[in-house]
Amino acid sequence: MMLARIQQRRAIASCPHRIPRIGELGPQKRWKTTQAVAQQPWSDSLQFPGAIHSKFTTSLRFASTDPNHAMSTFRIMDAEGRLVDSSRAPINLSPEEVCKMYLDMLTVSIMDPIMQQAQRQGRLSFYMNSAGEEGIGVGSASALSSEDTIFLQYRETGVFQYRGFKLEEFMNQLFANSKDYGCGRNMPVHYGSRHLNIHTISSPLATQLPQASGAAYALKLQHLQSPSTVSKKVVACFFGDGAASEGDFHAALNIAATRSCPVIFLCRNNGYAISTPTLEQYRGDGIASRGVGYGIDTIRVDGNDIFAVREATLKARELALTGEMRPILIEAMSYRVSHHSTSDDSTKYRSGHEIDAWRRRDNPITRLRKWMEREGLWDEAREKEAQNRIKKEIMKAFNEAEREKKPRLGNLFNDVYEELTEEQREQVASLRKTIETYPAEYDVEQFEGGLDGLDTR
Amino acid sequence: MPLNLAPRPLFRAPAGLRALIAAQSRFYSAPSPNARLNLPTDFSTTPLLHHSASSALANPELPESVRKHSKTVRQQLHESINSALRHALTQDDNVLLFGEDLAFGGVFRCSANLHSDFGDSRVFNTPLSEQGIVGFAIGCAAQGMRPVAEIQFADYVYPAFDQLVNEAAKFRYRAGTTGVHCGGLVVRMPCGGVGHGALYHSQSPESLFTHVPGLRVVMPRSPFQAKGLLAASIASNDPVIFMEPKNLYRASREEVPVDPYTLPLSKAEILKPGKDVTVISYGAPLYTCSDAITHAEKDFGCSVELIDLRTIYPWDRPTILESVKKTGRAVVVHESMVNAGVGAEVAATIQEQCFLRLEAPVQRVAGWSTHVGLVYEKFLMPDVVRVYDAIKTAIEY
Repeated sequence: MMLARIQQRRAIASCPHRIPRIGELGPQKRWKTTQAVAQQPWSDSLQFPGAIHSKFTTSLRFASTDPNHAMSTFRIMDAEGRLVDSSRAPINLSPEEVCKMYLDMLTVSIMDPIMQQAQRQGRLSFYMNSAGEEGIGVGSASALSSEDTIFLQYRETGVFQYRGFKLEEFMNQLFANSKDYGCGRNMPVHYGSRHLNIHTISSPLATQLPQASGAAYALKLQHLQSPSTVSKKVVACFFGDGAASEGDFHAALNIAATRSCPVIFLCRNNGYAISTPTLEQYRGDGIASRGVGYGIDTIRVDGNDIFAVREATLKARELALTGEMRPILIEAMSYRVSHHSTSDDSTKYRSGHEIDAWRRRDNPITRLRKWMEREGLWDEAREKEAQNRIKKEIMKAFNEAEREKKPRLGNLFNDVYEELTEEQREQVASLRKTIETYPAEYDVEQFEGGLDGLDTR
Repeated sequence: MPLNLAPRPLFRAPAGLRALIAAQSRFYSAPSPNARLNLPTDFSTTPLLHHSASSALANPELPESVRKHSKTVRQQLHESINSALRHALTQDDNVLLFGEDLAFGGVFRCSANLHSDFGDSRVFNTPLSEQGIVGFAIGCAAQGMRPVAEIQFADYVYPAFDQLVNEAAKFRYRAGTTGVHCGGLVVRMPCGGVGHGALYHSQSPESLFTHVPGLRVVMPRSPFQAKGLLAASIASNDPVIFMEPKNLYRASREEVPVDPYTLPLSKAEILKPGKDVTVISYGAPLYTCSDAITHAEKDFGCSVELIDLRTIYPWDRPTILESVKKTGRAVVVHESMVNAGVGAEVAATIQEQCFLRLEAPVQRVAGWSTHVGLVYEKFLMPDVVRVYDAIKTAIEY
């Protein structure tokens, strides 16, 4: 009888959230959707509503993490680019696809130091690079459908690169020129693209996590409402190990689990949040151990192994869309080789020796290159040609973007609301009058349309 | 005033004990024995509510079809909110309703019967996490849905402050020409004093949101208004903070058109024309203002114009400025504390733009700069006496 009740409760819990129309259900009381749970005197397990499967025990023992048995890390190839498990099926990727993944990582790794340098020269206000983490962005993006929605933190340039964000689009954003989709409003590296289904990056950490849960719920509902025209899609949501300490991480995973949202939470655990090492960030078994607590299927992968990241994401996507749909957590382990940003000198809190060791010893780009060379897909000549070509393309986009004018001044006020408010229109007039009265004090000519560009829609 | 804060008593004392309590108690919130001004509002006669169908349907802001053909029904505020939500869910499959304890009807009954009629996929409970609720709602809206999220009390909106201020308000702006926005978002929250809500069931944090470009802040004063303004908020392509004065949920009752309709956002309403003083308020204190004006006009022989802001931000500056230019005197009334409150913005704008027409300093009648201590509420919130006295001060200046 008890078992039947538990099975019944489980069946109800796993019932997909259907979309009934008005009248379809008829009068229905809320209490019919939940099951009464009562503690029976003869039961050997807990039957309080909060935990129905817990066996009683008479031994007083606190549960704790075992420091010697952390959750294992999934990998496919080792640091030398060799497949670890010879019994595994060979990598199921065309040579073109592997080359694209390699070139996308290479492009990010060439663009990063150029832009870092441009910032040092004062030509750019700010930059953040992805060194050491190119494989996480490119590998996971390669496992998603181009229709899947993506929310990012900021160190996922590889995702944009893989999805087809063009070099000029990167540069327009970085230089905040008139072609920047963000209208010159955001700091550099806060990219966004509607046609690539990637939401614009914002600086507040982890805020994108509960948003990703909500977006995934919307995608699921839109599919359930029109299954023949709207395909199943997931949301992929990226964040760092530091961001996972925010309350929004907790809120997001819990609500994604309770509402069965098809969202892949992808944590880049790179060992540092600016200067804070993970030992000061958490004391549990990384981020992965938390997923299980929320009832979320979780995996830890080697983030320097692009094949492992890709496979885990492919499987996560499949699981997320199976049955009533559900969230998945992936913790990709890596090392932040670069400084946190151009405003950070990371040798103030970690040794240059440590950084160099990671750069030389293990890195997602050289690992894949070693695999490709062994497969006969790559060699030194191709490497040289690719490097030179990419450098040239980047510099061309760089120079063109830097020469563009800044966006129209009216973009200061546009898009706060769908339409300008009466108060804003008065403020536009006021600003115009100030500039006209003190023309020498303001350089409006670097903005498209000059002062006339202040006239908003 | 009815004790209408708690949804229902969780504990019912046995009959003997109830009799003992009744014999030894006095009403929790009785007026002072000899009060002439500070008496409870009589909602059955107040001129601020539509007591007949013809009065409700005469409103020129209603669409012609509603004015001509709609029936009306006598509804309390929580019922008219329920009607607005029901219409929205019926008209648009993209509308979703969620929050804490919403599925069984909500702790104030605003979502009664919607879960059973529209299903668990569109009307549902969330875990107890305000930042999660609002973040989730922003994500839904960014994906093209029209989520109506509920925060159980405005006092508990602060965990979601980051999501509202840094995310919802700035989503469209930072997305630029990609055109992505979360304008389908509405966040509903009961607010305001209720007589015994103390520190965390009484707050009106609207001024924290009026400082945030990108958000619309709306507060209705009546069932008729709540239905139309909530429908307009859900239809709006900007994120809206919709604040519901919870002491009006059951206290106010009026004729409300049965058909769906919207009332304009960012448009104030002149409730009563006058020549000598303009009183500007929104939400529940409008009833206090109305009572105070009745006494003031009789006692001082003056004529007072009463204006309901309705949308607190972006607010209808022209209507207020035009009124004050006519009357030369202004009193701003709100429950939340006076320091950097909505009254400060209204008074400063009046001072800037009506300086030569002002006959007296702008009066602000608002909560004192303290917290809502349980037994002190009557001394904290703007009451009839303080509004009456502010009108007196303005005309005698």
